[in-house]
Amino acid sequence: MELFGTFTVRSGLAEMLKGGVIMDVTTPEQAKIAEDAGAVSVMALERVPADIRAEGGVARMTDPAIIEKIMDAVSIPVMAKVRIGHFVEARILEAIGVDYIDESEVLTPADDKYHINKWNFKVPFVCGAINLGEALRRIGEGAAMIRTKGEAGTGNVVEAVRHMRTINDEIAGLASLPQEELMTAAKNLGAPYELVKWVAKEKRLPVVNFSAGGIATPADAAMMMQLGADGVFVGSGIFKSENPAKRAQAIVQAVTHYNDPDILAKVSKSLGGAMPGLEISSIAKVNLLQFRGN
Amino acid sequence: MVIGVLALQGAFREHIRMLTSVGAVGVGVRLPEQLDGADGLIIPGGESTAIAKLMVEYGFPECIKAFAASGRPVFGTCAGLILLAEMVAGEKQQLLNLIDIDVRRNAYGRQVDSREVDVEVPAVGENPFRAVFIRAPVIERIGNGVGVLAQYRGRVVMARQENILVATFHPELTDDTRIHRYFLGMAAG
Repeated sequence: MELFGTFTVRSGLAEMLKGGVIMDVTTPEQAKIAEDAGAVSVMALERVPADIRAEGGVARMTDPAIIEKIMDAVSIPVMAKVRIGHFVEARILEAIGVDYIDESEVLTPADDKYHINKWNFKVPFVCGAINLGEALRRIGEGAAMIRTKGEAGTGNVVEAVRHMRTINDEIAGLASLPQEELMTAAKNLGAPYELVKWVAKEKRLPVVNFSAGGIATPADAAMMMQLGADGVFVGSGIFKSENPAKRAQAIVQAVTHYNDPDILAKVSKSLGGAMPGLEISSIAKVNLLQFRGN
Repeated sequence: MVIGVLALQGAFREHIRMLTSVGAVGVGVRLPEQLDGADGLIIPGGESTAIAKLMVEYGFPECIKAFAASGRPVFGTCAGLILLAEMVAGEKQQLLNLIDIDVRRNAYGRQVDSREVDVEVPAVGENPFRAVFIRAPVIERIGNGVGVLAQYRGRVVMARQENILVATFHPELTDDTRIHRYFLGMAAG
């Protein structure tokens, strides 16, 4: 009997994306540039996070017509974002055949208490997390892939680093606990006990974990890989830079050869200007995207 | 036995895990010289466009062709199968051209059409094999020198031409090691 949308099938696509770069694009032309540069997937958007941050207003799911044009333009998988908790936007993206849904803090949340029950969908979901508890809650809700949130649209990697290190430290902490302490650890993390036990035993997340939010250079991408990311999302960092095609290719190579300083030096040369960055302390705390959803 | 696993992008860690579990050594290969000393090569699933670009950038096509010409076995799963194929969508590919098949990418549809299903693989035993198809390609045509090892819905999903083995599905995403053991048997000669 054929089975569709099983956890193996949903998380399996994320496994195939590992060691790769997923790039934000807003037009079919940008999608083609990303594919030609070696992106493993594109995130179809109306506005990149830097513009959402600058323009303000309510950020919603992208017009499905725009997403479909991007799907027609490339052969690599296409992802798209829905607002946190907006299960109808998710049904719409599933209906048009998007390959992965990002339930994303970059858009304005539709539900301030609950996330989507992702077990109800055949299409797989990726969700953001700033710590282990949040990652395991999303997996408990059915997410088949996690990305650390970082701070989207800033071109500043510091939050991405903080979130990856936090998750690594929390996993190492769990792995050192005796069995009888795991229930209390689960309570303190706010995470499902069965997943906490699994992580303590296997010393890793049960699904693929990419890094996102602030990656702007090949060196940023390679650092996140060295810190343990399975791959990277680059949002505004490509198409807000001076030479998107060249920078995209360089970041792809940096993710494959993240442990090879000679190759990293070579691909980092003469890329033109990176996106202008933002100091995190210049953003009011209420405007930080990473604290949306929890 | 040392098996190189092309580690440019994709599910290379899962193949290394499978190899370890059957007592072989899996080594991630990111540069051509890292293939020296390997008894076989696995090209994993991933995004074939991304892997192909990185392969060409770092001089892999000539190196892998020479590796196969030495008689050592090469196994491609999903994207790896596409990269090994003679033809893609009816046109000759300029890459490895190591197995005489014509493939069509993403032929079952998009991710929501990805599936798992039991298929018969008589070469590895009587019990069916759980085949996981992720945005899988199909083999549209096989050449005379290519042997069929498994079929699903009337299409070839696993095949072998001398020392080249291909599957459109992902044995590395299961706990069933029979196909990896079959490949190690090819490497042992």
